[in-house]
Amino acid sequence: MTALDLLSVALTLGLTLALALPVAGLLTAALSDDPPPWARALRTFDQGLLRRLGIDPDEDMGWARYAGSLVVFNLLGALFVYGVQRLQGALPFNPAGLGPVDPFVAWNTAISFASNTNWQAYGGETTMSDLTQGLALTSQNFLSAASGLAVLGALGRGMRRSDGRRLGNYWADTLRLTLWVLLPLSGALALLLVAGGVVSTLAGPLAHTLLEDDAGTRTLARGAAAAQVAIKQLGTNGGGFFNVNSAHPLENPSPWTNLLQLISILLLPMAQCLSFGALLGDRRQGWALLGAMTALFLPVLALTLWAEAGLPPALAALGPDAVAIDAPMGNLEGKELRFGVAQSGLWAVATTAASNGSVNAMHDSFTALGGLGPMWLMQLGEVVFGGVGVGLSGAVLYAALAAFLAGLMVGRGPELYGKALLPRDMKLVVIALLLPSATVLMGTALSVLRPEATGALANPGPHGFSELLYAWSSAGNNNGSAFGGLTASGPFLAVGLGIAMAIGRWGVIIPTLALAGAFAQKRRQAPGPGTLDTHTPLFAGLVAATILLMGALTFLPALALGPAAEHLSTGPEVSHVR
Amino acid sequence: MSAEPATAPAPRPAAPSLRALTAAAAVEAVRKLDPRRMIRNPVMFVVEVGSAFTTLLFVHAAATGAGDAPPAFILMVSAWLWFTVLFANFAEAMAEGRGKAQADSLRRARQAVPARRALPDADLSALGRDPAARAALQTVSSAALRKGDVLWVEAGEQLPCDGEVIEGIAAVDESAITGESAPVIRESGGDRSAVTGGTRLLSDWLVVRVSADPGGGFLDRMIQLVEGARRTKTPNELALDVLLASLTIIFLLATATLLPFSQFAVAQSGQGEVVSLTVLVALLVCLIPTTIGGLLSAIGVAGMDRMVQANVIATSGRAVEAAGDVDILLLDKTGTITLGNRQATALLPTPGVRPDDLAEAAQLASLADETPEGRSVVVLAKERHGLRGRALDELGARFVPFTAQTRMSGVDTATRQIRKGAADAVRRHVQALGGVMPPAVDALVDQVARAGGTPLVVADGAAVLGVIQLQDIVKGGIRERFAELRRMGIRTVMITGDNPVTAAAIAAEAGVDDFLAEATPEAKLAMIRSLQAEGHLVAMTGDGTNDAPALAQADVAVAMNTGTQAAKEAGNMVDLDSNPTKLLRIVEIGKQLLITRGALTTFSVANDVAKYFVIIPAAFVSTYPALGALDLLQLGSPTSAVLSAVIFNALIIIGLIPVALRGVQVRAAPAAALLSRNLLVFGLGGVILPFPCIKLIDLILTRSGLV
Repeated sequence: MTALDLLSVALTLGLTLALALPVAGLLTAALSDDPPPWARALRTFDQGLLRRLGIDPDEDMGWARYAGSLVVFNLLGALFVYGVQRLQGALPFNPAGLGPVDPFVAWNTAISFASNTNWQAYGGETTMSDLTQGLALTSQNFLSAASGLAVLGALGRGMRRSDGRRLGNYWADTLRLTLWVLLPLSGALALLLVAGGVVSTLAGPLAHTLLEDDAGTRTLARGAAAAQVAIKQLGTNGGGFFNVNSAHPLENPSPWTNLLQLISILLLPMAQCLSFGALLGDRRQGWALLGAMTALFLPVLALTLWAEAGLPPALAALGPDAVAIDAPMGNLEGKELRFGVAQSGLWAVATTAASNGSVNAMHDSFTALGGLGPMWLMQLGEVVFGGVGVGLSGAVLYAALAAFLAGLMVGRGPELYGKALLPRDMKLVVIALLLPSATVLMGTALSVLRPEATGALANPGPHGFSELLYAWSSAGNNNGSAFGGLTASGPFLAVGLGIAMAIGRWGVIIPTLALAGAFAQKRRQAPGPGTLDTHTPLFAGLVAATILLMGALTFLPALALGPAAEHLSTGPEVSHVR
Repeated sequence: MSAEPATAPAPRPAAPSLRALTAAAAVEAVRKLDPRRMIRNPVMFVVEVGSAFTTLLFVHAAATGAGDAPPAFILMVSAWLWFTVLFANFAEAMAEGRGKAQADSLRRARQAVPARRALPDADLSALGRDPAARAALQTVSSAALRKGDVLWVEAGEQLPCDGEVIEGIAAVDESAITGESAPVIRESGGDRSAVTGGTRLLSDWLVVRVSADPGGGFLDRMIQLVEGARRTKTPNELALDVLLASLTIIFLLATATLLPFSQFAVAQSGQGEVVSLTVLVALLVCLIPTTIGGLLSAIGVAGMDRMVQANVIATSGRAVEAAGDVDILLLDKTGTITLGNRQATALLPTPGVRPDDLAEAAQLASLADETPEGRSVVVLAKERHGLRGRALDELGARFVPFTAQTRMSGVDTATRQIRKGAADAVRRHVQALGGVMPPAVDALVDQVARAGGTPLVVADGAAVLGVIQLQDIVKGGIRERFAELRRMGIRTVMITGDNPVTAAAIAAEAGVDDFLAEATPEAKLAMIRSLQAEGHLVAMTGDGTNDAPALAQADVAVAMNTGTQAAKEAGNMVDLDSNPTKLLRIVEIGKQLLITRGALTTFSVANDVAKYFVIIPAAFVSTYPALGALDLLQLGSPTSAVLSAVIFNALIIIGLIPVALRGVQVRAAPAAALLSRNLLVFGLGGVILPFPCIKLIDLILTRSGLV
């Protein structure tokens, strides 16, 4: 790892934060009760559109109605994705002539895209037609992201309002977010990506003759990738156009496109924090949450970069000759040379932090410690930045937990952002926080008992265990990132992980919206000298510590049997010989 | 009226000795093992189930010789798990024990006594005057009394139930309730009309209207409170319960899934043994928040007990906790901020009038005036001007009492017509008689008001003689109390009927943050409502019937025990000492309850970090020997490691019982400072402390050859 590498990492993050400021403004304009004049004009247009569809855009929804609309809309989306996959053989835009998708994989994929997980139990170019990718998958990339951001809006309103109004209108929120936030951003990004060399064509696969005489011909998969890649990154989706995702040279050809994609991975997840602060009417709260997340993000990034900068144990064991050549490059197994260790490590940490399942390197080939960080970020519940909308709301749930403990410790009835935390609120908080963890643990436990799951492992021992734990962590927390190695298209894992994704998504969103609804009805308590400020570094630190402790306590035993055992068994440490 | 005690007040029984308390609590701890009682506390219930389960594992292992783990190991784990439950029960029993002793002594005061009840058609007003009317009284047991009955009580008798004095005045010994042996005065009308069952009349007689049915009286409420019999969980306790239960569930999952994980690991690595059920149960109990789970109930009971010690009766634990959140405190000026009533502090004559003439007239006007103000004028005249009291009858004078119409009082003699009263009332009076109010007097009146005093103008016929300066005496030390409240984040607001000028002066002298002048019951109520609408939690202390609506509206309402029945019923706390600054203590107790809970929860969860580093390597080192590197403490053996963690987990409950019963110290400091301090002590301390302790236990176990 050179100084230049570290500089590139720092610059990437700095640039993302700088761009997150205007994007947060855009998000706030879409969700705020008090939008700027230009946004007001656009809203008139939205409202007209919704009225035409027979929807009353002014209906102020209670939490149950809001959540119901969201779930129904998402499930309809899932049904649509399922149908298109099953029928793609008979539908147009199928230049490769692909047949219907296996029903288990189709179910898995339908839930995966509707839940903003984008776990892929299939290889894109060999399974999905252009129609499936472009119409079914990409539309869910937009709509699932918009649904997540709508939760942010509802939560912000619930926290802010205390005048009898409720959570707002789901349909208006989703339409506004799609039309005025996600579409313009991803349109601009898609053009930049095309300019950078990301493939975008409807001409189908390209057959070409290899140069060597006897090698015959080979088929190069192509498609309308750029548009899908743009929203896959911006919407924290992560579902790649090609099987190897952004490691594919046509999906992510150069360091330039890599930088664009990295920025867009963290752009909305960072902006959602700042936007939440603005929605609350106290921007400092947004910065505090962003600070808490960053405090967790940076150490994991440092660990991963450090671990990957060393040599993998097997290579280090070869002796000084091999080390002399490879040491400056670090662990390049499973990584693309055009990105190198630093940009691959940053990508792995950024995507697992932001609930964006895309990869530009194979996490399975990371060192044990290098793979531990990304896995653990998912297990924290995808709240270190997290998925668009839901990541922030997850962080607010942790903030509620921290505020509860902090309130007790300063001798005040616990409150968050001026709203009292009562037993029912705490119930909703712990349900939302508990469900994904429970799903991950139980899913993994079930898998190790099932031969069809253990048979799908690529590696024995603790590494094999890590592959399973990673898969369930990814699904249960709606990340979609894959460790690699595991073959997840069998019925058991395809169905099981699909259920985990559904629980991880709607099992969290519903209690979160219920909480938002409860907050909306509460009187806002006046801040005074005895009130604990929630915008201070002290409180941000407590939120980070709560996330850390809850994550550590829940998954420490499992991690001990996976990455920790592997790391400790495979050698004293990663070799950093120069 | 004589205030001589007819009988010596019954001394409060001495607190039971620590040894007796401990012994009783130990017995009670075993009795509490009943699963039907344990299930109220989900965390400890899980521990009990774990204890029973390991006991079965032991029986199985001992019987078959090939059980889950070596029988001796299972037995030791099982025994310490049982101890964990017992220690938690013991903590609760200790907390309840103190209350029980107090309840017993209160119960003695509540025994059924004969009561003399007036017949429904009796002429109540005749009872006091006419002994013959008392012959028609009916003697019944106090248990038969109902709300609305009217009783006759004489000196030496015990009041059979709560009630309101409708006639008479008497000295009452309330030591059975307040612990205060000095008798108090109870009289009809006004704000000292409420009497409590179990107290004893020391002089005279009272006619009392019963205000509570048997079992619903003040004493009954107090007994229930200290016994904790009807203790329902407060919202805050329920919310904490939710958190603890969820932690228990997550740890249950984390440990239960370890079994298949371990089986998989053993199958994959081909070495070691699958983790035993005993170790999993031990791990579970170590991880779930037993420390706070075991002490939670004790903290609550001890908190209520502290309230009783402070001589405050709260109607619910909820009110006590709400006290910790109060950020605005409304205080009645009279009797709270100032000493009782206004006192005459100076006589300011009109230019040209001799001071002694003014003093003489002022004294004469006040001789028959039984108000505290009136008496203070007589006292001042005697002290400053050497005027002795005179009998009005001898002077042939007639007292003219104060009326709301004239707003003056005074005397009429054959030759003189002396009046004292508010400036404008006297002005009208002298003008009506053809006199004028000298401008110099107006200046005096203004001067007195500006200084926070109340001016009374004295006139003899049409001549204005001068001004009596009445002043409020601000209680000593009250300023410091308010400063302390301010540091706790509580704003104080003084409520007074005075005019704004006077109120401002007193407010400044007492150091309150704000004041409400010329307050009417409606104004008080409106003020509380608007403060609440702004999101404030409002506390109020009051004693009068006209305070009742405001007390009912306030979030925390402390009624004075000397106050009226209406005030006591409207409030959610009664201060037996009738000390309005008691709220400071109440707030402190409320905060202390929450802080103790929060601190022990943090401590409990922080402990888990160390326990992981002890148990995880011990459980899996046979499968993955490399995991031995996580054994930071280098413990003797896997067996002793698991046992040490379990033993530490049990002993820490005992170790923290004093903290739970006494409560964590509360400081008047900003919230952030409190949080950092408690996080440092209980968070960081909770992470670090178990390491040396577990190592020590491990050393003892290993050296002594127990493991």
